[in-house]
Amino acid sequence: MSEATRRDLLAGAGLFVFFALAGSSVAQSGEDGEEPPEIAPGLPGDLTKFPLLDSWIRIAPDGGATVFTGKAELGQGIRTALIQLAADELDVALADVTLVTADTHRSPNEGLTAGSHSMDKSGAAIANAAANVRLRLAEAAAARWGVQATALFTRDGEVRHPDGRALGYGELAGGLSLHVPARKDVPRKRQEGRRLIGRSVPRVDIPGKLTGAPAYVHDMVLPGMLHARVVRGIAEGTRLVAPDLDAAARLPGVERVVRRGRFAALLGPREWPLIQALRQLQRGRWEATRALPTGDVAATLRSMRSEDSMLVERLDSPGLRPARTLAAAYTRPWLMHGAIGPSCAVALFRDGAMTVWTHTQGVNPLRDALAELLRLPPERVRCIHAEGAGCYGHNGADDVAADAALAAMGVPGRAVKLTWTREQEHGWEPLGPAQLVELSGAVDPGGRIARWRHAVWSNTHLTRPKAAGDLLAGLEIDPPFVPTPPRPIPQPEGGGDRNAIPLYQLPNIAVEHHFLPDMPLRVSALRSLGAHMNVFAIESFADELALAAGRDPVRVRLAHLADARAREVIARGAARFGWSGYRRATLRGAGMGFARYKNIGGYCAVFLDVEVVRETGRTIVHRAVAAIDSGEAVNPDGIRNQVEGGIVQSLSWTGLERVDFDGRHRRAYDWSVYPIARFDEVPRAIEVEVIDRPGQPFLGTGEASQGPTAAALANAVHAATGLRLRDMPISPEAIRDALAR
Amino acid sequence: MNDLSVNGRTRRVDADPSTPLLYVLRDDLGLHAAKFGCGLGQCGACTVLIDDRPAFSCVVPVAACAGRAVTTVEGLGTAEAPGDVQRAFIHEQAAQCGYCIPGMIARAEAMLRRTTTPTEDEMRDAMRPSLCRCGTHMRILRAVRRAAVARGGGVIDAAEPVQ
Amino acid sequence: MPATVPVSSTQPVTKRFATRRRHLFGWALLALVAGLVLFLLWAHRPAIAEVAPPSRRAFDPADVARGRNLALVGNCVSCHQAPHGRPYAGGYGVVSPFGTIYGTNITPDPDTGIGRWSEAAFARSMREGVSRDGHHLYPAFPYDHYQRTTDADLRALYAFLMTRDPVRAEPRANDMPLPFKFRPFIAGWKLLFVRDERHRPDPRRSAEWNRGAYLGEGLAHCGGCHTPRGLLGAEKRDRAYDGGWSAGWYAPPMNARSPAVRAWTVERMEQYLRTGLSLSHAAAAGPMGAVAANLSRADPRDVRALSVYYAWWMRDAGAARREPRLIDRAAAAARAHPAGAALFAGACATCHEPGAPMMVEGRPALPLGSPLHEDHADDTVNIILHGLEPPVGRAGPYMPAYKDALTDAQVAAIVRYMRIRYGSGSEWPDLEDTVAKARERTAE
Repeated sequence: MSEATRRDLLAGAGLFVFFALAGSSVAQSGEDGEEPPEIAPGLPGDLTKFPLLDSWIRIAPDGGATVFTGKAELGQGIRTALIQLAADELDVALADVTLVTADTHRSPNEGLTAGSHSMDKSGAAIANAAANVRLRLAEAAAARWGVQATALFTRDGEVRHPDGRALGYGELAGGLSLHVPARKDVPRKRQEGRRLIGRSVPRVDIPGKLTGAPAYVHDMVLPGMLHARVVRGIAEGTRLVAPDLDAAARLPGVERVVRRGRFAALLGPREWPLIQALRQLQRGRWEATRALPTGDVAATLRSMRSEDSMLVERLDSPGLRPARTLAAAYTRPWLMHGAIGPSCAVALFRDGAMTVWTHTQGVNPLRDALAELLRLPPERVRCIHAEGAGCYGHNGADDVAADAALAAMGVPGRAVKLTWTREQEHGWEPLGPAQLVELSGAVDPGGRIARWRHAVWSNTHLTRPKAAGDLLAGLEIDPPFVPTPPRPIPQPEGGGDRNAIPLYQLPNIAVEHHFLPDMPLRVSALRSLGAHMNVFAIESFADELALAAGRDPVRVRLAHLADARAREVIARGAARFGWSGYRRATLRGAGMGFARYKNIGGYCAVFLDVEVVRETGRTIVHRAVAAIDSGEAVNPDGIRNQVEGGIVQSLSWTGLERVDFDGRHRRAYDWSVYPIARFDEVPRAIEVEVIDRPGQPFLGTGEASQGPTAAALANAVHAATGLRLRDMPISPEAIRDALAR
Repeated sequence: MNDLSVNGRTRRVDADPSTPLLYVLRDDLGLHAAKFGCGLGQCGACTVLIDDRPAFSCVVPVAACAGRAVTTVEGLGTAEAPGDVQRAFIHEQAAQCGYCIPGMIARAEAMLRRTTTPTEDEMRDAMRPSLCRCGTHMRILRAVRRAAVARGGGVIDAAEPVQ
Repeated sequence: MPATVPVSSTQPVTKRFATRRRHLFGWALLALVAGLVLFLLWAHRPAIAEVAPPSRRAFDPADVARGRNLALVGNCVSCHQAPHGRPYAGGYGVVSPFGTIYGTNITPDPDTGIGRWSEAAFARSMREGVSRDGHHLYPAFPYDHYQRTTDADLRALYAFLMTRDPVRAEPRANDMPLPFKFRPFIAGWKLLFVRDERHRPDPRRSAEWNRGAYLGEGLAHCGGCHTPRGLLGAEKRDRAYDGGWSAGWYAPPMNARSPAVRAWTVERMEQYLRTGLSLSHAAAAGPMGAVAANLSRADPRDVRALSVYYAWWMRDAGAARREPRLIDRAAAAARAHPAGAALFAGACATCHEPGAPMMVEGRPALPLGSPLHEDHADDTVNIILHGLEPPVGRAGPYMPAYKDALTDAQVAAIVRYMRIRYGSGSEWPDLEDTVAKARERTAE
């Protein structure tokens, strides 16, 4: 029996055992998709779904610990953070921990690595499982020595008695079963005992990546492996008309052409001949398969049919008489993930089983979709996460996995590494959806916000594959599959409505979500989902209201926040930035933005000191200052890294980017026509203050800074120029032309 | 048959002379630091040094490399014994996904071989052909400033001081 | 008048002649000095008194807007902004055969810019090439063209410049050998080469043509690059638009001798000037990149007028009469230059061959551009060595620089191959030399 089925059976037995205790099981369906049910509520993180300790940790005879996570290293540093947690809670050296990341056959199914949940779901589970294992090891030693476990302590992979006796974990583990559920309330290490948690431990994967160690799926080499390129139209909305695949098959270096319906891939031992062959095919005629909208974002979105829901509607003080009322509309165009490394996957079909090495964010849902696509039983499909370039959400990773798998089925027994070209990644990756937000509100004579109404129009932010029809290849093979109809993600996670409800205490508030099911362009999750747009709008509008009332923007935020941690993040950021002493000059100003991600995640305030060059509209960010509270900081520098990166990325999105398309197809096929920020355009300096809250739950960091940064840019540009720009990108051209008027 | 000098060693590669150096490095010579990012000379993930100068290996055919010294990031140091630029990058933890970083290191190395005292603007200009999408720019610049000091120089008018 | 020397004397004849020579020499010296003094007096221009820096509010917004447009047409910011410098603050070096001349600070900074210049001083500088304090300006500042500007337009330009953000930036000293540092010589140059010219509309032509002529011969100063210059650097008036040089780039002929293989119609010229890319030709490269960047924001009617004017100039060019069929001589080129063919396949084809993404998206094929059909290889070589940045905005035609990737010999091999495969005309001689020289120049 394969390891996979044995585990599933045992998990099923566990399910049986705990069902009675837990009552009804709750299936999560948030951004994390369909996940295994919570069978042990009350345990931390994903221990609720996988309460058995050996789902998470195994101790080898030599004392080395293998830790399993269902999450994936995306470049956010999670590998190191999880190892830190495990090593510290277990009391072993960092180097003695091996982390196995998402693998459908080995790791617990933690759904997607998305939504900034890695620390609170996986980190919390691993930390607690490790604490549990440490306790059990101590108990095993205590039993051997005939003493109380409380008399012992652990250090460097050993359980030790004060009298000097010691037993290594490896030896103890031999007689210990970890196939037992975690106990609730096993305490985590106290602050004083921590060696690694809370320290900026250097990332374990960086030295290798900087010296040429194979680190990415792109670097994998298997014996007899073939390279592959998929044949497609140049961008979504196009397809090649009758590509001459027979001629391509005869080109030098093309060993095989795998065809399934309209799906086609070229396989060969060397990459360059395949690229040349693909180029030959791309000379052929292509046709458009659909019509794309050509109007501006607001007009386009307003014209589409919508499913409307009111997220919150409260009229606490209907009698308030506002002093000033304002209304504004904000927009965001379609944005690209734009991974530097185009998507890639390695697939091997052998003995009726398919293995795919993929940088997907969700090995389990991908496996299910592939199983359907390939018409294989799910247990015969294995997806193993191997790193790709940063994906920032749902990019081409899943599609290329399907492409590679189909290609590999054409050459059983031989591994296939299929890489997308740059233009394929730019042309076919699901985009971050365009959005429209209309805000109206009022300030009372005292300067407090008296009324607030927010309406957001957006497509789904989630078309991650659940089924074969969600994969590009699934639409191309014969007979084609059908895509899963898009559904909104419920609050508090939300999709287009993520962060649409402000954290502020507002007496009369209405927030409405216009979910647009029809997708003119292929869209899915882009880092922070709707938070980028909603926070941009909310924080811009909060500034507009504040300034209409003649109040300082920071004071207005603080006046409407009861959450002490939110207040602290703003206050500390403002203090470090020097907000109260800041003196603006001609074409130079400061702006801020704040949000708590999803109102349940990390708190982040961003302050920008910006100068605008009149003749070019260029914005120079002289200084960016951020304060971040992600709860307990496992690796403060890791948090800092993510916030710095989020600020730079958001400045590029907000200040520069827009996917261009004509009535027929996307026209952003490479970096020359979809420019992103380069070194001369990024800030001169960034400082990040990390507020560490030991003992508090992990709140996540990866998506906390994008929304606040976007608003800070709009607000700083306003402070510098008097221009209120509400349509992203707040580009140099837009600023220059507005200044000239 | 192409004879190449890579990281100080002569390597013989059987590839069509028009094959871009990138694929030869990665597939024939097992040197994976240089990455495929675009194949169009737009992103710099493939950057290596050719005769001390930074080059997009995705648009340099092996035919152009005969008799010239190719240096990849592997030739600058190893994980056990990193070179000074790599050490600076590790010190500053200048990586998120890390995919673009070998290209950044190669480009920084090329700049430092030309000058160890660029101005802040000259440094940013020198690094400009390389793209990063994770937003690691600040750390990359900090690493380059640190490496300049390690080489006996220092960036003039640095936007952030070397800590 | 030399004094008469008595013929009959006891002095020998030779000594008599020596004395005469000495006297002649003395008189000649006196004449030279007198001439120099007269010349200096003649060359001298009075200073125009400083004025208090005018307030922004003193200027009519309509004038400022009009001036903005004219400044874009005149391409002022290109010579008056240094790399990493502020717009109009000066510091850009114009490389000439006489040395490098740095554009001055024309922001209204009172100390380092033109903040204390009156409108009269500004107008004199544009019309006569004389600075406020009376010193002559080098004709790198093309006042031989700007002199045609009407009074109203000069007022508008003044209004525009005086409402820019003042930037404190000391002008950079020019880098020239001594004789050329002597500014009064410029007066002589002007005397020889600059005719007093105002714009005279041609009644036979349309208003659009006349507007194009006014701008093209005036503020846009196209002849400044596209007309050949003589030894002393003056445009050859009898060879208007026969082709010229700018910063190492060859500005091809814009008359009947245009080497373009596709007609420069008004529409194509408009597209090129406004977007930096003509789909029937090529992207704006070298100095034309900045021109397109500025004209993209200028009044479209003025760009059209310029297009009408220059389409007229090229109405008798070969392509205007008949656009040749473009033949891809791949096999012949590969036979003649097999090394170049392999290099091209690996370094260039990946973007320039028909199945490449930018080609599928409609970018013009290599043979459509003029560089491969010109008499000089410089443009082709420059583009390969230094690449191309998007001319207008941040998105657009882009090409990486190959100067670090390829040796001179390799670039030359590729260029020879391309000339045969895509170009026309005879082989370019001394290519390695051309490449070596081009390498030394910085990218535009």
